[in-house]
Amino acid sequence: MASKNVVTSEEVAKGHFGPYGGRFVPEALTAALDGLDEAFAQAMADPGFHAELERLQRTYVGRPSPLTEAVRFGQEHCGGARVYLKREDLNHTGSHKINNVLGQALLTVRMGKKRVIAETGAGQHGVATATAAALLGLECVVYMGEEDTRRQALNVARMRLLGATVVPVTAGSRTLKDAINEAMRDWVTTVDETHYILGTVTGPSPFPTMVRAFQSIIGQEAREQVLAAAGRLPDAVAACVGGGSNAMGIFAAFLDDPAVRLWGFEAGGDGVETGRHAARFAGGAPGVLHGARTYVMQDEWGQTVPSHSISAGLDYPGVGPEHAWLHDTGRAEYAPVTDAEAMDAFERLCRTEGIIPAIETAHALAGAMRLGRDLGPDAIILVNLSGRGDKDVATAARWFGLPAVDEAAEGR
Amino acid sequence: MTALADAFARARAEERAALIGYLPAGFPNREDSVRLMRAMVEAGVDIVEVGLPYSDPLMDGPVIQAAADQALRGGTTPADVIAIAGDVAKTGAATVVMSYWNPVERFGVEAFARDLAAAGGCGVITPDLTPEESAAWAAATREHDIDRVYLVAPSSTDERLRTVSDACTGFVYAASTMGVTGARSSVSGAAEALVARVRRVTDLPVAVGLGVSTGEQAAEIAAYADGVIVGSAFIRLVLDAPGIEEAESSVAGLARELAAGVRRRRIDAGPVT
Repeated sequence: MASKNVVTSEEVAKGHFGPYGGRFVPEALTAALDGLDEAFAQAMADPGFHAELERLQRTYVGRPSPLTEAVRFGQEHCGGARVYLKREDLNHTGSHKINNVLGQALLTVRMGKKRVIAETGAGQHGVATATAAALLGLECVVYMGEEDTRRQALNVARMRLLGATVVPVTAGSRTLKDAINEAMRDWVTTVDETHYILGTVTGPSPFPTMVRAFQSIIGQEAREQVLAAAGRLPDAVAACVGGGSNAMGIFAAFLDDPAVRLWGFEAGGDGVETGRHAARFAGGAPGVLHGARTYVMQDEWGQTVPSHSISAGLDYPGVGPEHAWLHDTGRAEYAPVTDAEAMDAFERLCRTEGIIPAIETAHALAGAMRLGRDLGPDAIILVNLSGRGDKDVATAARWFGLPAVDEAAEGR
Repeated sequence: MTALADAFARARAEERAALIGYLPAGFPNREDSVRLMRAMVEAGVDIVEVGLPYSDPLMDGPVIQAAADQALRGGTTPADVIAIAGDVAKTGAATVVMSYWNPVERFGVEAFARDLAAAGGCGVITPDLTPEESAAWAAATREHDIDRVYLVAPSSTDERLRTVSDACTGFVYAASTMGVTGARSSVSGAAEALVARVRRVTDLPVAVGLGVSTGEQAAEIAAYADGVIVGSAFIRLVLDAPGIEEAESSVAGLARELAAGVRRRRIDAGPVT
């Protein structure tokens, strides 16, 4: 699972990525984070843990996920470049989130805890957590911004069907940021019996390192698959970046291949110049949010600025600290993609490949279109197709002026 | 000796615990927040904790969240908070700021310590900063004679208590319970055990906060701790008051009740040395 990195192993061990990462948490959580660190290290050294995780990945998630060449999409919309899609959308529950959740849920059982909590934006992480909780017999509570429960109603219903309690969060901007605050408040109160399954590579150490480790299977598989399919490494790897777990998962396998350019696409919302966006690198500055030092959208006084994106999963004012470090060192590049560009790419993938992507993922596809036009027809671009778009059908129908989904369902 | 050490020494000389009152700066507005904090001091609060309103207060319950929201909507900035702390310090009470870390870092670690000291403040409580991440902060606060107060919790290991206490100056903030801020009907029994454990690793005063709202609870805690911290209960009164006059009188009333409480500690608690 270990991959070399531009960050030394010593820095990672201390939970830092250059100046980023670390632990900025109430002292009450320190013991739990130390315990988690230890449980994670023991699990990583235990062949039994790997065997169990591998079995679930294979027989429950459906791994390895396929690699699909998007021939028409590449020809018609990406400057003729060869585009390969890493199909995390085909995982059980519909996104990459399950990879991390199963790892942490098994850790929860190892730690002897009976209850898990999670935050969710788009609902994919919440659904994955509710799924793993059902599978392993754990109590599950998911915190979700009230605004997100509205735009991702399908996933709220899925979580409830799976037996989870969904708590709509009405504080602050009522989105992912506030759901994380509320999950942290729960955790600090219930930490003895509860594990917080954080869904992305953010938060206090060891979460960024641990979540990356559980997601790195994406890159490991994709690297082999693209070598087998194309006979060489890709010129560029593209992924969307909210917190950044699908991006870290696919980047991890290519960090030591300097010829492979790594591109993370953030939510540009209405455009970075409008202030209504979630582009932390283009529009934020280093600071501390949710337990780690990283790039944060903040005002001149250090108050978090609400983010905006059509995609609930990218609508977050912070980003994983390792991304902050990859950004500063130049190993990975980051660029904003607007709502309109993402929805354009969404439609193009639907029409050329018969794949409805998640709106989050559509940001990576819009990025691939730019890269392809830039790099030309000889280029190979690997895109992490991090999730499927079923949950976004209502939003997309509204965007494209199609009949509203509930009306269509009633045959009107 | 900083104003904070002085306040604890004075309380100790009177064989009682110090009373520490918290209100967010700018709540319900700038002027009235100073008025309320002054009323606290007149009614017997020894140390005032001026809260810096922050957008993501993940250690706070709904009451402090609501007050912080109101202060932020009113446009309260960290510069205002420092100025307000200065106004409160003019009462002669030891005045500290409680702030989540990002606003301090954004303001400039050195500038924050410098400006607070210049305004007359004497310390900063940082609920989400750990000693491990504090190198620049320790240097800046040393330079400007600002006390650094970190939190310990019932879950802290003995080793951890030593690390955190060693990083503190002024006093050690003991969180009475595992949880967020907010008044509770009873203060957890974990607090007394925690204070005893902290005493084994430091000579600094130990103050207990989280969940304290009545004179009875203050008396109970004063039996074993050097300080009693009350926040949400004051804010609740302000939120419920129809106007500032009523808010001021009920804040003063609670402060008097608590001040009597910290003077009523049980004699069987033994000397606080």
